[in-house]
Amino acid sequence: MNAEPFELGVLDAAEHLASGTVTSVELMRALLDRADQVEPSLNSLCWRDRELALVAAREADEARAAGDARPWLGVPLAVKDVLNVAGQPCTAGSAILQGYVAPYDATVVARLKAAGFILFARANTDEFAMGSSTETSVYGPTRNPWDAERTPGGSSGGSAAVVAARLAPAALGTDTSGSIRQPAAFCGVTGFKPTTGRISRFGCVALAPSLDQIGAIARSVEDAAVLYQVMAGVDPRDAMTSSRAVDLDLENLCAASDLRGVRLGWVQSDAGADLDPDVEALVRAAVKACRELGAEVIEVDLPHQRYGMPCYSVLVSAEASASLARYDGVRYGRRVPADDLQEMMAQTRAQGFGREVKRRLILGTHVLSRGGYERYYERACKVRELIRRDYARVFEQCDALVGPVAPTTAWRLGEPAADPPRMVRADTYTVGANLAGLCALSLPCGFTATGLPVGLQVVGPAFEDARILRIGAAYQHATEWHWRQPGLGEES
Amino acid sequence: MSDYIASIGLEVHVQLKTRTKMFCACPVLDEGEPNTAVCPVCLGLPGGLPVTNREAIRKTVLVGLMIGSEINLRSAFDRKSYFYPDMAKNYQITQQFSPLCLGGVVEINVNGQTKPIRVNHIHQEEDAAKIIHFEHSSGIDYNRGSLPLMELVTEPDMSTPDEAMAFLLALKEMLVYAGISDCNLEMGHVRCDVNSSVRPVGTTELGVKSEIKNMNTFRGIHRALTYELQRQISVLRAGGVVEQETRRWDDDAGVTLSMRSKEHAHDYRYFPDYDLPPVVLDAVTVEAWRAELPELPAAKRARFMADYGLPEYDAGVLVADQDVAAYYEAVAQASGNFKAASNWVMGEVLRALGENNLVIGQAKITPEALAKLMGLVEAKTINLTVAKDIFQILFDKGGDPEALVREKGLAQVSDVGAIEQLVDEVIAANAKVADDYRGGKEAALKFLVGQVMKLSRGKANPQMASDALTRKLGGAI
Repeated sequence: MNAEPFELGVLDAAEHLASGTVTSVELMRALLDRADQVEPSLNSLCWRDRELALVAAREADEARAAGDARPWLGVPLAVKDVLNVAGQPCTAGSAILQGYVAPYDATVVARLKAAGFILFARANTDEFAMGSSTETSVYGPTRNPWDAERTPGGSSGGSAAVVAARLAPAALGTDTSGSIRQPAAFCGVTGFKPTTGRISRFGCVALAPSLDQIGAIARSVEDAAVLYQVMAGVDPRDAMTSSRAVDLDLENLCAASDLRGVRLGWVQSDAGADLDPDVEALVRAAVKACRELGAEVIEVDLPHQRYGMPCYSVLVSAEASASLARYDGVRYGRRVPADDLQEMMAQTRAQGFGREVKRRLILGTHVLSRGGYERYYERACKVRELIRRDYARVFEQCDALVGPVAPTTAWRLGEPAADPPRMVRADTYTVGANLAGLCALSLPCGFTATGLPVGLQVVGPAFEDARILRIGAAYQHATEWHWRQPGLGEES
Repeated sequence: MSDYIASIGLEVHVQLKTRTKMFCACPVLDEGEPNTAVCPVCLGLPGGLPVTNREAIRKTVLVGLMIGSEINLRSAFDRKSYFYPDMAKNYQITQQFSPLCLGGVVEINVNGQTKPIRVNHIHQEEDAAKIIHFEHSSGIDYNRGSLPLMELVTEPDMSTPDEAMAFLLALKEMLVYAGISDCNLEMGHVRCDVNSSVRPVGTTELGVKSEIKNMNTFRGIHRALTYELQRQISVLRAGGVVEQETRRWDDDAGVTLSMRSKEHAHDYRYFPDYDLPPVVLDAVTVEAWRAELPELPAAKRARFMADYGLPEYDAGVLVADQDVAAYYEAVAQASGNFKAASNWVMGEVLRALGENNLVIGQAKITPEALAKLMGLVEAKTINLTVAKDIFQILFDKGGDPEALVREKGLAQVSDVGAIEQLVDEVIAANAKVADDYRGGKEAALKFLVGQVMKLSRGKANPQMASDALTRKLGGAI
């Protein structure tokens, strides 16, 4: 084996496990040892249990020896700390869920387990997935594997850092406005937000039900597609999942070599995000590479894209204000004792929630209040409809959109607090896919002169997940950005 | 009250009879250890998601169909936010913007007058859990949480407590009849918010209303309304202004008390629940459900009076229980004697059921057997006294009345010779009474007939016995 075991992605690990060149225990031990080595500075995982992980790996090896031929048997995965895995804590990076141990498996967790994956560690996240930098977590900020002074992005910053730092072959994340794609771009890995309704949200701590989506962060499009294929499909426990068949051909994906016959759209209208010239140059180069692979590139308009973030701010706050109401100290999690019930709930929430969460809950309560509903909430819903129509019109002209994931590269830790507008514009290019229920990919497409990764975003129409995965795979087969590894640990 | 008119509107919450809860697969238990029928969804655990109970939707639609509502083929769920631990998520899933049933009318009957009460809408929602207060603490039983409720909201069309009561009774009768709900008030299956206002006679604009929250007995509602309307009138008579407010009924003191004024009313911050798709129905499904609806009590009573020629009283008694009504119809049709069938069912059948605390389905006597029994009486094969004895045997054990009569030798003695022999014996043994009769004391005949019946152990045909006695004794006059 040329690579270290911890360097293996999902498909590679599965191949090695099947051929016997590595065991699940060896793989697991390598990952855990590496975590012990880099985690003190990286802080990408908020929970792992060496004993349990090795027991699960040993069981997988024994099952394989006994003839179990499931392809993903014994492949380790990390999950974002918003997914319920029976027996593991599930805290959404919040003090208010300290002490809560999940009594059940999320649907995606159950499906991945059934396929043989081992969910051995939990990745850090912004508190309740509210943030773009993984700094609002009760466990402290995660650092970017490419530059420890910088953020890995967020809210799935822990998951992206885990994959970039080779602490797991792949990880699950969630994406409400870009929370898979932006950290994937900041960490130089592949992020996939499938179409809304493709993957069950049952067992995922809710932020905003109309926008939340579970997806994968991985080394490659193929690896992300593997997780997607296992997780996707209708779930009787999530009434919003679609019953449409999941038509993904993994072999076809692995063989994708060109983009002939594919028409890509490049958004020319100003999104008002103040796109960094270095980022723009790399993204334009990536689009050029697509053209060289045979794609036709046309210019299109998304006139309402610039209103996406203000619209999102209203909607996400409104939905979160109800979604997070259940954390009151009555049934589970942290409770701050007080003399009476109202005071207990008030104190529990006052002390249990962090600043950003409180800011959004107050905003959400306001926009749903008498008077606020018409002035803010209803208007935001109308803007959302305009944005939906923009995309519907654009997808009559092209198969997928290509463009930047984020307007900048990873910023320095602590910067957003000093520069709130930067936070707001961070998701300008990604939030549209959530508002309109589309599928989207984030692909590594180069590095700035200072060595920071940049991402190319591919956005497809709803339920055309296979199409954008194929575009992503063709791009990655012609490039090598996604194989680059941060020099973490080795140089220090 | 005479110079004021009252307007009363009701918001009636009814627990639907379903196997599982409104948004999860937990069973609906009327009793059991607290917090044993719970799951991540109804406990409000992180990550729990609701899934709509289609049977609850069907039942609410049935109610709409019964009262002539327009069925909304695309209704939707919303979140109603308020912090209270009986609601695990601290929001209730309900239908604020787009309810399942729109409009409708329930006819009530008060003092012989029929009055239509308009229904504004019916919506679907989930119930709160049950809070149990102990001496120094409180507990919450989430078994009771998230049970399926329908909320029916009327227009302010009722003008007296009696009318409100009549409305609730009419609604309850319908719901129980169609199997929508058991409407067990003790179990809290029906709860009411009561809105009322008064205005001077001759004015048209409704007065300021108050809302009495969470009433759970019909008698309590009647008392509370009687008190509340008088209170409002007193306020107005004294030149005061009725506050728009929420009140509660103190049953012990017999008064309503202010809970909160309009200024302090909750802002529930309703907005759509994106965890749930809209409830989409199609006209074909709704029509199929309509076809399953039972005949409603009022229509059935009218039909019993028209088709079977029954008095209103009989129709009322027989229709009160849907299964009894069906039983009656089977007896009536098998016997062809509608009024006699009614007498039997209202008399012997209901008596026996009541005495044994049974429902009609548990009685062993089939409608066909009862009809045969009636036939035996009509053919004078047995008399009524014997028939009632046989009924009891059939009720308890079942069987064929004809076989039973044969087997027990209970057939009426209608043989002239045999009867005359009995009569001779009776006259011989009761010479004094026979003389009384001969002397013109008509009542003595009844005694003698009774003696013949006694001697025959009830089997003698009483008419033949009477005829034979008259003949024999008359001959001596």
